[in-house]
Amino acid sequence: MPDSRTAMPAVTTIRLVYLARLREAFGRSDEDLALMVPAPNVAAVLAVLRARGGIWAEELAAGRAVRVALNHTVAQADAPLRNGDEVALLPPVTGG
Amino acid sequence: MPVRVQTDDFDAGREIATLRGSDARIGAVATFIGTVRDINDGTPVTSMALEHYPGMTEKALMAIVEEARGRFSIMDALVIHRVGALRPTDQIVLVAVTSAHRGDAFDACRFIMDILKTRAPFWKKEVTPAGSRWVDARVADVDAEQRWSTDA
Repeated sequence: MPDSRTAMPAVTTIRLVYLARLREAFGRSDEDLALMVPAPNVAAVLAVLRARGGIWAEELAAGRAVRVALNHTVAQADAPLRNGDEVALLPPVTGG
Repeated sequence: MPVRVQTDDFDAGREIATLRGSDARIGAVATFIGTVRDINDGTPVTSMALEHYPGMTEKALMAIVEEARGRFSIMDALVIHRVGALRPTDQIVLVAVTSAHRGDAFDACRFIMDILKTRAPFWKKEVTPAGSRWVDARVADVDAEQRWSTDA
């Protein structure tokens, strides 16, 4: 039996979580996303979501103040992703 | 656990007494309590809903308390932040810090609050006569965080 990992493009499935204003804008609180790129990172997720167009492209446009948390810690665009990671999109926080 | 996220109100007096215990090394207790105003940006506020990101919130608050411990000479610290439905005059947040002397207690209390404002994943949604709205982050809060920047 051939090794499917070399025969097929790698798939990394992550859980996306949308908070507060972004949850309302996107009309959902979470979803699973399968990334078909090798060595996926946070930037790749944002690119996939922006490519949906409409409100996604608008809310996640470059320069918008959206922070990304990877497994509950704020992460940069180049942070690598693994199967089962939780990636959350956070609007500017307003607690206290 | 020096951080708590809860829907219930808190009794600051009782929390401070628990934090102090019978530690006779403590010479200073600084506290901050944030409360809900009935007006924001010139608009009356009838109520608000506070939401957070369970899992990350506790982790972020713990990291802030640990950073305060590294920067200031303090004995202990407590952060309680409420979530859910809140009305004007309700208590939102309590920060309490114990130390040998007032300087570190004041500074650590302010530090924790300033960093919480820009890093802890909480969001306020206000209900006003014109409908509900997500509260915008304030430039003043970012400025307050930056006064603690070591390279400032």
